[in-house]
This record gives sequence, structure tokens and C-alpha cells, in this order.
Amino acid sequence: MTDADWTAVRLTAELAGVTTLLLLAVGTPLAWWLARTRSPLKPLWAAVVAMPIVLPPTVLGFYLLLLMGPQGPVGQLTQALGLGRLPFSFGGLVVASVLYSMPFVVQPLQQAFEAVPERALEAAATLRAGPWDRFFTVALPLARPGFVTASVLGFAHTVGEFGVVLMIGGNIPGETRVMSVALYDHVEAAEFADAHRLAAGMVAFALVVLVTLYWVNRPVRHDDEAAR
Amino acid sequence: MKRALIAVALGTTGLVAQAGEVRVAVAANFAGPMARIGEAFTAATGHTLKVSVGATGKFYSQIVAGAPFEVLVAADDETPKRLIAEGHAVNGSRFTYAVGRLVLWSARPGFVDDQGAVLASAKFAHLAIANPKVAPYGRAALEVMAARGLREALQARLVTGESIAQAHQFALTGNAELGFVALSQVAIPDRPVTGSYWLVPPSLYGEIRQDAVLLKAGEKNDAAKALLDHLKSASAKSVIQAYGYGS
Repeated sequence: MTDADWTAVRLTAELAGVTTLLLLAVGTPLAWWLARTRSPLKPLWAAVVAMPIVLPPTVLGFYLLLLMGPQGPVGQLTQALGLGRLPFSFGGLVVASVLYSMPFVVQPLQQAFEAVPERALEAAATLRAGPWDRFFTVALPLARPGFVTASVLGFAHTVGEFGVVLMIGGNIPGETRVMSVALYDHVEAAEFADAHRLAAGMVAFALVVLVTLYWVNRPVRHDDEAAR
Repeated sequence: MKRALIAVALGTTGLVAQAGEVRVAVAANFAGPMARIGEAFTAATGHTLKVSVGATGKFYSQIVAGAPFEVLVAADDETPKRLIAEGHAVNGSRFTYAVGRLVLWSARPGFVDDQGAVLASAKFAHLAIANPKVAPYGRAALEVMAARGLREALQARLVTGESIAQAHQFALTGNAELGFVALSQVAIPDRPVTGSYWLVPPSLYGEIRQDAVLLKAGEKNDAAKALLDHLKSASAKSVIQAYGYGS
């Protein structure tokens, strides 16, 4: 692999790492709320979170390019705050990736929280555990597999991002040229040997990630039965 | 009258075929003129076009990989030559349909001066170009920067579109204040020019000869041959010139 390709790999890992951490921070309260709320607006918010699964990434990229551009409301806001503009920057990719990978983090968390038995929380409450205590000592440990799944899917999905970064990235080495775009460049330029190295690396990465995920989250029924 | 004569002539030789279809790969800078030329072509012959627009280098990779394009309307002369040499295009079918003109363009009126001096200023954060590895206009843009001695200085401000269409889109949305694009993208006939531009003197970059070629997949398609003939016609030439191409 060339130095430029390694730069793209590092950049991709950095982007996916930052995105996953941000999504866990934002996604945990959001998923908790979605799992517990009886609000009539729940289907709407669940749908908004799920949108990136349904929409082509280029749709998201197109609107982000307009919104974050100099005439767009987000662009005017970031400029007014002295942050400059987001397209063609690492920060812009992070914002886009957070939106794009949102459902892959929020949905597993939401399912894990929904699976936390109400009775466990009630029992904790009768032992005078406050809401924060109940969340951190009861709900979070029970939802652990959901966090593993959410982190892995959020990270992996951001690594695989293409359409969005192609639209708002601008293909800048070391800043916005992530692996998928570097691969696309190699293919366009008919540099198939380089393309193979990156593509095969991604295939291996996806396999390792998924095997690890299934291994960590494998059913542990025997242990449960023994414990009873 | 002429058209009627041709129809009669063809009719007598039994060659007036039913309307056919051509799959044509068109360089992004020529998308606009091709749409107009395609309309006239369909009106004159009844043949319809299936147009794919993109970077010439991308089309090369796709054609080599077996893409079913029948005609390539390229942004350079190298790619058609190479396709012929490698047996993917029909020998003797290549010809220059246009000579590309590069402009430095901004969506903002009055931003680009008519000498291109803005290029040396600090008034912009991003300069959009087409990917030089796959798009001749991107290579030409690098040559212009080098000719002005700004190649190194501008490196950090470059944003690269996968084709000239994307470079144009970056500049059009204002996300890049400046972009090197094709004159054909900003000087559209019958429409006022928006923004501001510098028509780069051809002496600053290697001539962009744009060639078209019949691909092997279209060898037996009369509609494909008819399209190439139409590209050489006076009516197509007038459209091509109206978009600011040299010939």
C-alpha cells in the first residue's frame, strides 16, 4: 500500500472512532427516551432516526452540501460562530457521519433498553435507588450487549461510508479522503492492484468485526441455566 | 429537402432501419451540448440515446470492464486512442469533435477578474478542480497553476471533484469560492452567464482535444454510427461552437 493509502486508512479509523464516541454520547439518552417514552411523537422520532437506512447516502450528502454551504442555514450559523464552513473538512465529515450512522447506534441501544425488565427497575426503586442510580447500576449492565453491537455497527458503518463523503468531502488527502474514496479513485484511474489492496483489506476488516461481534454477543444460555 | 433526399436514398437501398437506440458515455463537460445535440439527432433519425455522464477516466475503466457503452464522447484524445490500441474501440472511428476551453469560475459576480489575478490572492479558501488523474480539465487546471507558479501555494486549498461536473457543483453551491471548470458549463447559449469567470488563455495549458470513438459494443449498431456522423454535422458543430468550444 502507498503512503497515501495508509493516510486514508488512518483517517478513516479516526473518523469512525470520533463518530462512534459522539454517537454513544448522543445516542444513549435518545435511545433510552425512545425505549421508555409513551409520547405520541415516538413514531416520528423513531422514523427520523431510521431515515439514513432508507435514504441513499447521496441524498443526505446533497442536502448537507446545501445546508452547510455559505448560503445554507447551518453554514451561516457555523460562520457566525467563527467555525468557518463544514464541507471539505474533517469536522464536516464527522457531522455527516453522525447523522449517517445514527440508526446503527440508536436502534441496538433502544432494543437493549426495551429488553431491560421493568421489574428489575422497580425492584431497584423499592431499594431506594434514584433514577440515575437505576440507570447506571441496573439498566446499563443489562444493556451491555446492545452497547457492543451499537459501537461495532456505528464504527463499521462509518468506515463503509461512501456517498456522503464523496458529496461533501472534496477528496482532500489527509483530511477528507477516506478509504472508500481512495478505493474509488484507484478504480477510476484503473489502478486495480492498489484498489485490490484496499478492497481486500476492507473485506477482511468487515469479517473480523462481525465475527468478533457475534462471538462477544453469543448466547450464553448454558451459564444462565446453571446459575438458576 | 436534403433530409428528404437522404431518406429516399436510404429507402431505396433498404437501409432505413427502424428506430434504434445508442448507449453513449459522455464526458461531464459535454453533458449540456450533448443533450441539445441528442434532441436534434432523435428528431432527424428517430434513434434514441441512453446517455451516461461522468469522468472520461472512469468510463475507460468501465469500458475495459465490459460496460455496454457503444459510443464514447471523451474529454481527451488519449483515452479513445488507448481504447483503440487495446481493442475496445473501432479502428478509424476516432475524430476530434471539440477543443475544450478551461475557465476559472466563481458563482459570485465580480469575484474573478479577467486576468485570473484572484488565483494569487488570499480571498478564497477552496479551489475546486476535477480529479487530474481521470479528467483532462483537472490536469489542465494543474498546468495553469504551475504556469502561474502557484502549484505549491494552492495545494492545500484544492478540493477535487470526481469529475468536472462535481467540481462545478462544488463551486456552484459556493462551498468552493473558485473552480476550474469547462467554459461549456458556465457559458450556456441563450442564458446569461452567472457569477464571474476568467477565460484561461490556451497558451497556459496543453490543448484539450476532445475525441469521440465508436466502441466495440456498438460496431454493429447503425444508430451508433449515425450518432458519430451526426456529431460531425453542421448543426452539431454550431451547437458545439455556441457552447464556447474551439474546433
